[in-house]
Amino acid sequence: MSKPQHAPGDVRSKSLVDYLNDENVRAVLYQIIAIGLVILAGWYLVSNTLYNLEKQNISTGYGFLDLEASFEISETMINYSAQSDYATALIVGLLNTVKVAVLGIVLCTIIGIIFGVARLSSNWIVRKLATVYVETFRNIPVLLQLFFWYALIPAAFPHPRDAFEPLPGVLLTSRGMYLPVPVADNAYTLMGIAAIIAFVAIYFIKKWATKRQDATGQPFPMLLTGIGIFVGLVFLAYLIGGAPTELSTPALKGFNIQGGYNISPEFMAVLIGLTVYTSTYVAEVVRSGIQAVSSGQWEAADSLGIKRSVALRKVILPQSMRVAIPPLTNQYLNLTKNSSLAVAVGYPDLVSVSNTTMNQTGQAIEAISIFMSVYLGLSLLTSLFMNWFNKKMALVER
Amino acid sequence: MKIQTILAAGAMTVAAIAAQNAHAGAVLDGIKAKGFVQCGVNTGLPGFSAANAEGKWEGIDVDICRGIAAALLGDANSVQYTPLTAAQRFTALQSGEIDILSRNTTATTTRDAKLGLTFVGINYYDGQGFLIPKALGVSSATELDGATVCVEPGTTTELNLADYFRAKGMSFEPVVIENINEATAAFFSGRCDVYTTDASGLASIRTTMAENPDDYMILPEIISKEPLGPVVAQGDEQWSDVARWAFLAMVEAEEFGVTMENVDDMKANSTNPGIQRLLGVSPGMGEALGLDEAWAYNIIKQVGNYGESYEKNVTAKLGLERGLNALWTDGGLQYAWPVR
Repeated sequence: MSKPQHAPGDVRSKSLVDYLNDENVRAVLYQIIAIGLVILAGWYLVSNTLYNLEKQNISTGYGFLDLEASFEISETMINYSAQSDYATALIVGLLNTVKVAVLGIVLCTIIGIIFGVARLSSNWIVRKLATVYVETFRNIPVLLQLFFWYALIPAAFPHPRDAFEPLPGVLLTSRGMYLPVPVADNAYTLMGIAAIIAFVAIYFIKKWATKRQDATGQPFPMLLTGIGIFVGLVFLAYLIGGAPTELSTPALKGFNIQGGYNISPEFMAVLIGLTVYTSTYVAEVVRSGIQAVSSGQWEAADSLGIKRSVALRKVILPQSMRVAIPPLTNQYLNLTKNSSLAVAVGYPDLVSVSNTTMNQTGQAIEAISIFMSVYLGLSLLTSLFMNWFNKKMALVER
Repeated sequence: MKIQTILAAGAMTVAAIAAQNAHAGAVLDGIKAKGFVQCGVNTGLPGFSAANAEGKWEGIDVDICRGIAAALLGDANSVQYTPLTAAQRFTALQSGEIDILSRNTTATTTRDAKLGLTFVGINYYDGQGFLIPKALGVSSATELDGATVCVEPGTTTELNLADYFRAKGMSFEPVVIENINEATAAFFSGRCDVYTTDASGLASIRTTMAENPDDYMILPEIISKEPLGPVVAQGDEQWSDVARWAFLAMVEAEEFGVTMENVDDMKANSTNPGIQRLLGVSPGMGEALGLDEAWAYNIIKQVGNYGESYEKNVTAKLGLERGLNALWTDGGLQYAWPVR
């Protein structure tokens, strides 16, 4: 390209060149071009796909969501039957995913903290056991672990006909664990309300206790008080509700055990698999968090005569949290995303239900787009919450 | 544009590249260029499609692909196999990953019309049944109220099951596992009372996967019609014609009594004009399909006729008689369109 020649007095074209040489203008221009290219590529892909699908006579669109699903799902948290539509089926799958993810996150945190602390224990056996646990389960692919647990559970427990009863009313069978549950009664709603009231009360007492300790240095027995308030209020509600005692106990009826609450082998396999696998990573995060706190903190606590267990709880863990929260967020996200492996062992999670839907309707792209956006949404929500928590825990500069 | 269309459009981007082979004749040209047929089969259903001890694929579904390869490329071994689960199969076909799906697949309205597929024939007439351990003490499907049932997802079986129990006013608990090996393992470990799929599949599972087949029985009720056959994607009619007639030639050959053994003799000596047309002695049929005139000869010589394929795979391995799959002349449903 030849460079345009400009007469020295040509003000108009000179200003255009100046304009193009302006750093700010160029930056904007480049961005506009970049966005334009992205949009063009997107448009090309979309129009091409639609054209090709039409040519192959494959129907498109989300209209199928209103059609009758006509397949059954074994575990549902909401009302669902084969007559429900595909949208309801997908919600059932989503709730199952959320159920296993939330329980998994809670359990893996608890187990992870225990093993993380244990890895730093001064007791040789405890330390080595924790190391073996972490190194074993961290280094086996999680899908294989799911298969392992799923093969183990039906094989380890007897057929429902000769169910194993470790506690009265609790049955262990190859079809999962059955627990007795109270038959629905108004008293339980009342107890739920009482529990909420108790939590609110505990929150305010805690606030007051912290304030008092800051002002006077007097500690307050928060744990005991809290438990007392909670148990007391809930029990009171139970008595007011008429103290119902009726239980739905599981018992063999026909082919299966009926009544009670069933925890299926599929759910157990997924929950145990994900929890164990992720807890090893959480343990490592916790260990690194504790080790990141300078040993001067331990020594300072020692010199003030604070017990080691109290120092861990009140001095070390709060500081290590600041280091641990960002990597912990990653682990929670991993657990949520790994829960999609549940499809391999037949747990009816979102992917499993979507797969069936996709097959019965043939709307592969639509079904995949739905579950991809749902996982994205779930992960973003988890991330948002953890970011908020991180900010709250972060060192406040004074 | 409706909002649904816009959403769909957004979602479609993923498949854009995959779906580019939609122009007419593309599949056939592609097969000729690469020199083999890419055939989608079951991950392991003895009698239909399963790898044998030497890792060679066998079964009546496999023979369909071998027959097509023999007709089109002259060599029945010019086939590459892609084992697929029930849930993966249609996507694999729609995206062009495979040329033909020959995987005990039931022909239905939705699949034929909405998924952009064409069923080229029915190579096995089947129906859905129930497999139970004899210890369950049940003699009829009507006694299965409250049972736990193992089933593969994404199948017509899964829908028939729900329909059947609903119609009978009974309840059941499904255990839905995608991989057939995991699913049968769950059944044999006692996770389910009942395993349900097509009756032929049940026979296959019972005879080849049960530790002791005599401990298990198939209930007498057949609750559905399952016409199983090979499927191709719409958009290349020439290819679907080749696939259809390769299968029909196998049935036609059985009607004429042409077998792997006597095909050379028949070609040299038969005076039957039908046989002469089929084997390309009187030319025209190959040309009509865009194939070599020896197309049907190659199929029969290398793969055998329909009856031979059935005998070798289904009767010998699963002990299933011809039943509905006998020729129409023997009271069955297999009826070849005339090759002329």
